[in-house]
Amino acid sequence: MTLELLEGNTAFAEAAVRAGCEAYFGYPITPQTEALEHMARRMPELGRVFLQAESEVAAINMVYGAACAGVRVMTSSSSPGVSLMMEGLSYIAGSEVPVVLVDVMRGGPGLGNIAPSQGDYNQMVKGGGHGDYRPIVLAPATVQELIDMTCEAFDLAEKYRCITVVLTDGNLGQMMEPAELPPMRAVRSRADRPAWALTGADGRRPNVISSIYIDPVDEEAFNRKLMAKQAEIEANEVRFREFMLDDADVAIVAFGTAGRIAQSAIRAARDEGIRVGLLRPVSLYPYPYARVAELAKQVLAILVVEMNGGQMVDDVRLAVQGRVPVEFYGRMGGVTPLPDEILDQIRRLHALGGGEGAR
Amino acid sequence: MTDMVETLIYQRPESLQMVHTHYCPGCTHGVAHRLIAEVLDEMDLRRITIGVAPVGCSVFAYNYFNLDFAEAAHGRAPAMATGLKRVSPDRIVFTYQGDGDLASIGAAEILHVAGRGENITVIFINNAIYGMTGGQMAPTTLPGQRTTSTPLGRDVEVHGMPLKMCEVLSQLDGSAYVVRRSLHDVPNIRRAKKAIRAAFEVQQKGLGFSMVELLSSCPTNWGLPPQEALGWIKDHMLPAFPLGDYKIHPALSADEG
Repeated sequence: MTLELLEGNTAFAEAAVRAGCEAYFGYPITPQTEALEHMARRMPELGRVFLQAESEVAAINMVYGAACAGVRVMTSSSSPGVSLMMEGLSYIAGSEVPVVLVDVMRGGPGLGNIAPSQGDYNQMVKGGGHGDYRPIVLAPATVQELIDMTCEAFDLAEKYRCITVVLTDGNLGQMMEPAELPPMRAVRSRADRPAWALTGADGRRPNVISSIYIDPVDEEAFNRKLMAKQAEIEANEVRFREFMLDDADVAIVAFGTAGRIAQSAIRAARDEGIRVGLLRPVSLYPYPYARVAELAKQVLAILVVEMNGGQMVDDVRLAVQGRVPVEFYGRMGGVTPLPDEILDQIRRLHALGGGEGAR
Repeated sequence: MTDMVETLIYQRPESLQMVHTHYCPGCTHGVAHRLIAEVLDEMDLRRITIGVAPVGCSVFAYNYFNLDFAEAAHGRAPAMATGLKRVSPDRIVFTYQGDGDLASIGAAEILHVAGRGENITVIFINNAIYGMTGGQMAPTTLPGQRTTSTPLGRDVEVHGMPLKMCEVLSQLDGSAYVVRRSLHDVPNIRRAKKAIRAAFEVQQKGLGFSMVELLSSCPTNWGLPPQEALGWIKDHMLPAFPLGDYKIHPALSADEG
């Protein structure tokens, strides 16, 4: 294992290159621009496509076009840029072409700021664009996970012919830490482009890629097809990580950076004798509802920590169904919580729960 | 004694599907489709061509062409075509867009695709009105022209002047071939076909962005019988949108178009 000191943004860009990404289209936006800059240098030297689009609106539609040609293609952006991409993402979902997006979230709403945030959980996890669809959403907490999930995102997108989003924030994008890049995978040959791809109707019926079903009955049938695919994704692709949960009577549920910080707070709380552990959802869609529900049978209380005003907490409450109290602690607007703040919340919950013997 | 010799003088191009279109009687979309299909057949490009359809009356163009096709979001066909072309540089990629799609909601995308000199071909249908949504003002609606959203006629004090896209796009260095033709009579239709052929040749040669604007009729939303609608192009659109070659790459022979 060869660890290098890698910055998150360049690391995921290089990971995509090594995963066989053939085309990148993007638009500069802080705090993910280093990814675009890395692609600007790397893709042409490998004979692949890099293009800086005139806007995120154009970038996602370039991605859409390249995806229709059957190549591995991606873009990356940050919150306001991703809002501009929502139209294209909806069309991509409605056309079932595989696309990878890395969203390095920042403070909002509006222009907000360039500091790390998790304020776009609802936008991404619940669909974002118009119509009934869900992208697969993966949430890394380390640069290594950011690398690994970016690679995996291409495989998932192609397996299900769907959008796969790596949802991270400015902390991971800008952070440098030791990580290992994967070996270089070969780019798919022209002959291996999928049968549905637009390559020219040579010796076959024309391929058409469209998101139109003008008859509502046909559209409903297509929606049912998407739902069936989502059911398959929900059955196969739930991912989460656990930390010190075995004997916990307080559980923290937090994703990405918030989960990583919670881990530090949990270590400190354990030193004080508080039995607290972490459930860190890794796939935000599909969400680990079943594991959260199970957890609600074990612990006395759940604390949800997010870098937003309380978005994923709704999903936790859905899973818990009122069995135990679900408390929320969030920092907003680009503020990253410190471990001590979370530790205070753990202590408060521990006191409320009555500690030993309260079960 | 006479030999019965059958001579085929007219047939459906292979690049068109054997289907009926949904276009209104007298609409010139059918003419434009046929010209593109004839050119692709004659240049033997059908098997390597990918079309991008717009949002507007020609949203279903992919049902009528016998070609690989993508259906873009409103105005985004040039961006989608860019993505297709960049990963398939040996394919012929064209967009087919109306005036609302190209000159209004897709103004940024068309400007930048031309600016980049993207090696794609754009067929731009200008009929000075929104057809699919039922006759609202387009960016190319003429001053004083009545539409459902300018019921008293386009007031330039309120809505400004029509956008002249050939004039705009021909100014960009990335444009290799930008011309305006009309579909209102047979001689003009013949000239339009020549221009479409030239535009695809520009793309084949890799010279840059090519666009053929076609002045077209919309009898339904203009409220005119088809024959009068063709006359309306001649009498009203030609003065506002002069036909001509706005940008011809020097590498093209002087006699085309």
